[in-house]
Amino acid sequence: MVDAFVFLLILGAIAAVILGFSAIVFYVYEDPKIAEVEECLPGANCGGCGYAGCSACAAAIVAGEASPGSCVAGGPGVVQAVAAVMGMEVEAAETKQAFLTCTGGIRAETKYNYSGIRDCRALSLLYRGDKKCEVACLGQGTCVRNCLFNALTMSENNLPLVDLELCTGCGTCENVCPTGAIKVRRDSEKIMHFNRLDDRLAPCQQTCPAQIDIPRYIDHIKHGRYEEAVLTIKERNPFLLSCGRVCPHPCEDACRRALADDPVSINQLKRFVADYEMNTGKHLPVSVAPDNGHKVAVIGGGPGGLSCAYFLRRLGYSVTIFEMQPKLGGMLYYGIPEYRLPKKILEWEIQGILDLGIEARVNIKFGLDFDLESLVAAGYKAVFMAIGAWKYKSAGMEKEEVGGVEGATIFLERQGLGIPNPVGKKVGVIGGGNTAMDCLRTSLRLGAEKVFLIYRRSKTEMPANPEEIEACQDEGVEAILLSAPGRIVEENGKLTQLEYIKMELGEPDESGRRRPIPIKGSETLLPLDNLILAIGQYSDLSFMETNRRVKDIEKTKWNSIAIDADTNQTAIPYVFAGGDAGYGGPGILVEAIGDARKAARSIHLFITGEDMNFPEGRLKPKEHIPGTIFDSISGIEKKGRIKLSQLDPKTRIHTMEEVDLTITEEEALKEANRCMNCCLTCYDKDIKEAS
Amino acid sequence: MSDYLLMAVSAIFVNNILLAQYLGNCPFVGVSKKMDTAAGMAGGVVFVLTLAGVITWTIDFFLLRHFDLVYLRTIVFILVIAALVQFVETFLKKMVPPLYKGLGIFLPLITTNCAIFGVCIINVRKDFNFMETLVFSVTSAIGFGLALVIMAGLRERMATARIPKIMEGTAVTMITAGFMALSFFGFLGMA
Ligand SMILES: Cc1cc2nc3c(=O)[nH]c(=O)nc-3n(C[C@H](O)[C@H](O)[C@H](O)COP(=O)(O)OP(=O)(O)OC[C@H]3O[C@@H](n4cnc5c(N)ncnc54)[C@H](O)[C@@H]3O)c2cc1C
Repeated sequence: MVDAFVFLLILGAIAAVILGFSAIVFYVYEDPKIAEVEECLPGANCGGCGYAGCSACAAAIVAGEASPGSCVAGGPGVVQAVAAVMGMEVEAAETKQAFLTCTGGIRAETKYNYSGIRDCRALSLLYRGDKKCEVACLGQGTCVRNCLFNALTMSENNLPLVDLELCTGCGTCENVCPTGAIKVRRDSEKIMHFNRLDDRLAPCQQTCPAQIDIPRYIDHIKHGRYEEAVLTIKERNPFLLSCGRVCPHPCEDACRRALADDPVSINQLKRFVADYEMNTGKHLPVSVAPDNGHKVAVIGGGPGGLSCAYFLRRLGYSVTIFEMQPKLGGMLYYGIPEYRLPKKILEWEIQGILDLGIEARVNIKFGLDFDLESLVAAGYKAVFMAIGAWKYKSAGMEKEEVGGVEGATIFLERQGLGIPNPVGKKVGVIGGGNTAMDCLRTSLRLGAEKVFLIYRRSKTEMPANPEEIEACQDEGVEAILLSAPGRIVEENGKLTQLEYIKMELGEPDESGRRRPIPIKGSETLLPLDNLILAIGQYSDLSFMETNRRVKDIEKTKWNSIAIDADTNQTAIPYVFAGGDAGYGGPGILVEAIGDARKAARSIHLFITGEDMNFPEGRLKPKEHIPGTIFDSISGIEKKGRIKLSQLDPKTRIHTMEEVDLTITEEEALKEANRCMNCCLTCYDKDIKEAS
Repeated sequence: MSDYLLMAVSAIFVNNILLAQYLGNCPFVGVSKKMDTAAGMAGGVVFVLTLAGVITWTIDFFLLRHFDLVYLRTIVFILVIAALVQFVETFLKKMVPPLYKGLGIFLPLITTNCAIFGVCIINVRKDFNFMETLVFSVTSAIGFGLALVIMAGLRERMATARIPKIMEGTAVTMITAGFMALSFFGFLGMA
């Protein structure tokens, strides 16, 4: 009896000593937070989070690799407790959630009648499922039955519905889905995703340069879920108020409804929900990934720079914007006039972006006040250059420097800066783009009695938004089309007349537009007080001459920054560029935003040391998924699109007040209901066909 | 040599610790839902059982028998196995982090795995020598892993099968286990 007692005591003591020593010898430093986080976790070691056990999950959370919501076994209480330990606002903490990418359901066409085992995986083995669309939801409800948290139900359309309150983002549904119709993603993963050939995308979403999920947000509007609509847009575009006002909406050109009716007025719907958010007075919170400790510098506070900062911030970076002007907003502030995009609205929108925790420093110019060396020395891991295109092109005439002649950007910038901008009685503007339209309409508002638009080609070739061209006509702009400027006539160093020559259209050139050819002997003199050149802009890259390191960046033939079209990387690996200053030169706002997200993706992959190239199967810009662009559609009633309501042209030209009005809720719902909620090949029909 | 071979075949197939001796059933039902977790668990068991078998044999042979304390076997083995797993966990964490990452969650679960304890006891009851203990421990663990992995494979298939509602989950798993045991009995004549 005694020896047993002694033996066990000794054995226990030896074990204790060995374990004690091993704890010291094999000590691994662990953030004390890991233990605290582990305390909060249920300790089930179920592995549902994708990590080997609760302690591994806790370590990943503390390292910032996993979100506080990654535990699938614990409920919202656990998320809250973990977020509290991590010192994070629960609202801002990212969670993973399931969402359905297929909108087919019962409207999807089938190949055969299936009556086998009620399981999508079994069904998919039979000729890849019964749906004609190979990536469709098969609707047997396997995900619903496998969901551990009862977050999925089958809707009347035979599509799984996600209850976001219950969904924990465990990923079981995605794992059991044979077609990939249901996906589980974190918000930051959505930011990194670019359209792919195997995605389920409506023609509009394929066309939008920012790749906004248009059918989804319109569907939210249809059901009165305006906040969700706003958040859906913000996934891809932080400038919804601005875009809703000035976007030339290429998406609407691809709208499938146009085959039988007018296209849906997508942009007016965007503006409607954007204004809804603004009218609530509060920026809807968007999720931000935990800080990852890396700093990125953004040069240029225009929409390109601000969007890139927005996406990088949401990926967890600390971003600083450096802007040379006193205000942020770039061409939205210093180009686009007040009557199209009121400064107050723009400032409210930008404030919402900065409120995510982005630092902005204004009145500081790259190449003068700071350069690449100083950014590197300050610890910035990457630099994004979105310096826009602020230099105007010459019209190639002599004496362009005389008084009364100037570039559009200079003229409009004065408006933005709020300094006096007097114009004479007769103003001429050369060019046919948005910039020209802005100069024309601004001149009218500044008191010009006669304004002339001088453009080489005809109205159909004008690159400006059609709405803008129409507004110019309504406001009494006189268009001198098919005319090219020839000679400036001056008196005492001041412009008095412009001589122009008539043109006729010849063969199409490489841009597809018909080339104008001068008609001999048709020279005409036009008396003018001011002449504004609005025939194009290019980037001011003068800093390249003075700065040593920046010289390594190359220029393109369009005087923009040379970048890799896929990654936005310049010749200096840690410098990226985009927006109007990148590759192809100036474009439109949504293009700058889409480009900025692409650059944010590259910067993230660059800093984390991953491959920046897109994997196979990316849907290239301007291309469409084969088989999704139709020649005709059936079952659609002609309902007509809502009108654009505007201030009266007679009175509006005397004020800077915003011309275009927001549609009413009633109009918005009506218009949203015209959306056919298209997918690759499915769409909702107005008339149910007898089958 | 052929003795050892025979012993291995017997431990893996004929007297499979899971299906013939019915030891270690909790992990058999618990972690056989997914192939990768099952494989991880199998690896963990091989690792721990080899160590535990050898160490408990040594303690039994040199201490318990020597001091005439064989009646303390059960309690001593439990103590030793628990301390051992704890030690292995601390050791791996520092010295072989990749292995720790793979086996991490299984180690604490293995402490309470009766198959480990069972094999250790069999080793000493049958009066194995050191080599025999080593071989028997490794091969028993392999047998355990084999049964576990086969079960996981079956259960992954079953996920898509049409199973009557009342039989879903553990019920059908037990029935399957029964069938598996039956088929393993088919090896009986071999050794
Ligand atoms: C008059 C006008 C009208 C337009 N109308 C429309 C329209 O109706 N619809 C539409 O979609 N698009 C329109 N656009 C185009 C749209 O505004 C641009 O595509 C968009 O602003 C490009 O964004 P960005 O950030 O690349 O460049 P920008 O907006 O030009 O911003 C660049 C920023 O970088 C700053 N910067 C430049 N150099 C430096 C430096 N060295 N150091 C620090 N900061 C620097 C500038 O001050 C500026 O803030 C219009 C453009 C103009 C000029």
